[in-house]
Amino acid sequence: MPSNGIRDRVAIVGMGCTKFGEHWDLGADDLMVAAAAEAFESAGIDKSAVDAFWLGTAQTGMSGITLARPLELEGKPVTRVENYCASGSEALRQAAYAVASGAYDVAMAVGVEKVKDSGYQGLNANNPPNDGTGRTLTAAAMFSMVAPAYGRKYGVSDEDMRAAMAHIASKNHFNGARNPRAQFRGEVSTETICSAPPVAGTLGVFDCAGVADGAAAAVVVRAEDAARYVDNPLYIKALSFVAGNGSGLSDPAYDYTTFPEVVQAATDAYAQAGITDPRTELAMAEVHDCFTPTELVLMEDLGFSERGAAWKEVLAGAFDLAGDLPVNPDGGLKSFGHPVGASGLRMLYEPWLQLRGAAPEDRRIGNDRRLALTQNLGGYPGEMVAFVSIVGTA
Amino acid sequence: MRGIAGAAGYIPRGRLDLTGVAAVAGTGGGKGVRSVASYDEDTTTMAVEAARLALRSTAANGPDAVWLSTVTPAYVDKTNAAAVHAALRLDDDVIALDLGGAARSASGALGIALRGSGTTLVVAADIRTGLPGSGDEAAGGDGAAALLVGDTDVVAEYLGGASTTEEFLDRWRTPGDVRSKVWEERFGETKYLTLGDAAWRAALKAAEIEADAVDRVIVTGLHTRAARGLAGRLGRPVVEDAGVGNTGAAHPALLLTAALENATPGEVIGLVVLADGADVFLFRITDAITAFRPPRPVAAQVAAGAAVPYGKFLSWRGVLPIEPPRRPEPARVSASAAGRSEDWKFAFVGRRDPTSGDPQLPPRPSGGDDVPMADITGTIVTFTVDRLAYSPSPPIVFAVVDFDGGGRLPVELTDVAPEDVAIGGRVEMTFRRLSTADGIHNYFWKAKPLAV
Repeated sequence: MPSNGIRDRVAIVGMGCTKFGEHWDLGADDLMVAAAAEAFESAGIDKSAVDAFWLGTAQTGMSGITLARPLELEGKPVTRVENYCASGSEALRQAAYAVASGAYDVAMAVGVEKVKDSGYQGLNANNPPNDGTGRTLTAAAMFSMVAPAYGRKYGVSDEDMRAAMAHIASKNHFNGARNPRAQFRGEVSTETICSAPPVAGTLGVFDCAGVADGAAAAVVVRAEDAARYVDNPLYIKALSFVAGNGSGLSDPAYDYTTFPEVVQAATDAYAQAGITDPRTELAMAEVHDCFTPTELVLMEDLGFSERGAAWKEVLAGAFDLAGDLPVNPDGGLKSFGHPVGASGLRMLYEPWLQLRGAAPEDRRIGNDRRLALTQNLGGYPGEMVAFVSIVGTA
Repeated sequence: MRGIAGAAGYIPRGRLDLTGVAAVAGTGGGKGVRSVASYDEDTTTMAVEAARLALRSTAANGPDAVWLSTVTPAYVDKTNAAAVHAALRLDDDVIALDLGGAARSASGALGIALRGSGTTLVVAADIRTGLPGSGDEAAGGDGAAALLVGDTDVVAEYLGGASTTEEFLDRWRTPGDVRSKVWEERFGETKYLTLGDAAWRAALKAAEIEADAVDRVIVTGLHTRAARGLAGRLGRPVVEDAGVGNTGAAHPALLLTAALENATPGEVIGLVVLADGADVFLFRITDAITAFRPPRPVAAQVAAGAAVPYGKFLSWRGVLPIEPPRRPEPARVSASAAGRSEDWKFAFVGRRDPTSGDPQLPPRPSGGDDVPMADITGTIVTFTVDRLAYSPSPPIVFAVVDFDGGGRLPVELTDVAPEDVAIGGRVEMTFRRLSTADGIHNYFWKAKPLAV
């Protein structure tokens, strides 16, 4: 995939992230205002300093007015973007490119989702009028097909698969228990995870990310201007995005043990950032752990593990907070829940803290590497959008 | 020679054990079982299944008309046969008609087709409803049957027939009611014995045969006692009932199909239908019967089946509303979007990938030639059970299916218990009603375990 990238041309100089949760008392406007305010404050600016805004949301509002109204923006270009569960990452991508192009000096990306006003558990898509022949499965069911496919392909017993999936959930809850912004603050034992009620296929309740309301925001500027705002900015090393064409759903060669769109986005991102061995070069990774088998497969799609080996490395603790490559040190979707449009920017908030030494001590990663990856996806196995970013402090 | 060229019955998989009814309803039920249309079946979908099988049973050309008769139409005001027409992928110049309302419409349609010209697919389907504990609930069954009437490849030559008609109240239902009511049994019995006898004699005269020439006779009608009584009077060997309950409008064609499936050349079969009068048809089996290959004989379908608990039966029929999943209900189907994808949605037709030649499911804009996939079997590659998604009868069982000869579709399974699904399992496609919203039925295809 030919892409030139914008390595080291754009810097993140401010970020904000609300607590994620069932915010019965906060609307989308409150959440966007709170995330933006924290981002403005951390960049040492006010809203008038921002030249252009991008808002990522899947279903919480349409048009840039969704953000312009609560922030009371005057005469600003505000664009609402939607790219499934990667909508927040998409907002960042647009804001970064706008700055890199020279069109604007300062841009802001905001992601938000107000999920808990629907009256239903889980995420619900509002599809456009259609012929009624589309799938009506939940995301849990679509992703549940990954676990048995992976187990069969690599000869992993049901018990070992169950243990690896439980380790992922338990690890992310362990990390989330150390994050005041997370929705779920308790550690969860693998026994509890394994005995949870079934949702779809072999997935139980604890194999699925929760649902939450939340918002996150980032301020980006040209790299050479970053010092005007903060002493320790995060530089964007790579932004990559791939929209699959859905052919995996109808391709008999597709075996549900990999997400090709993620592989393509990761390959492109590593090329942009000049990374050749992500496992040893990255300090941490935030990945889209919507379901436990998703995170398992991502370890291989992102090149952290050899094919068929991730389950062993997961069980060995390689991706634990104290492991050699911490994955989802903030607790991930498992602990935060998944306010669709906010999640991509929430993922970025953790490198913002960790790489700049601002993470709380009890979940601080134990290496001094200076690059981090965020990976955000939307859709289903076989029909997916995939985003990968690399950020770093130098 | 005019007569029946193809025939098939369709009996849904569900079986209600009638011995369990009284324990719940306090009354009713009885011995044996009745067939039960699944939650995703209606008279239109069952008609499609019967029609598909009937067209496969014969080498005759497809129909130039398709008629659907039922007492329980999926729609009124709109023609239900149009969906059957679409599912069978018939040409635009093939007329599709509903001849429905009363149970007699089905035998009437057969009579019109036999006395007419051209090739007509006469389809009948019924879902027999009744209040819990009622006689109709216990005596009824759900099913469909289709007869291809024409002038070539005839396996049962129409020798002649006759009808009698009289206005009297035997059973009745006000439109919108879920059940019929019946008058005192003896009244209808008296009427039917006279009407049936008169029609029988007139039919023999029209066919120019003696009663002794009739080898077997089918006597059927929703008035069981009258049908039994008339059968006794006719003095001919009687074709036994199918054993899944009386499928109403579908029953005459279902029993005739079952008789054809074990008929021998030269045999004369009589069909007597008692409904607001009597319709009698006399057929002589031709030598072509030896080439008649019913792809799924009625007897085999009767012998198959899986138990449906009484509570589920009641909920499927809307008598006992069950708490739905706490998920948004499906939106109504867009008429214009459905119209644009008629071939895919109703007939399960994909297109060939211009590069690989594999079927595209669903078809893409780049697609080449049409690939009809409805009759292609497939294999389960992987599957899941979704306990959260909305379904009229959760959970949803869902599988990735690779079709023989190419093409893959992730698709919902039906007529299967979650614990019976396995990777490598063989499936066939079936036309079903996925859901209903704003009164619009969402018809599409599902996969079901391949009948052995």
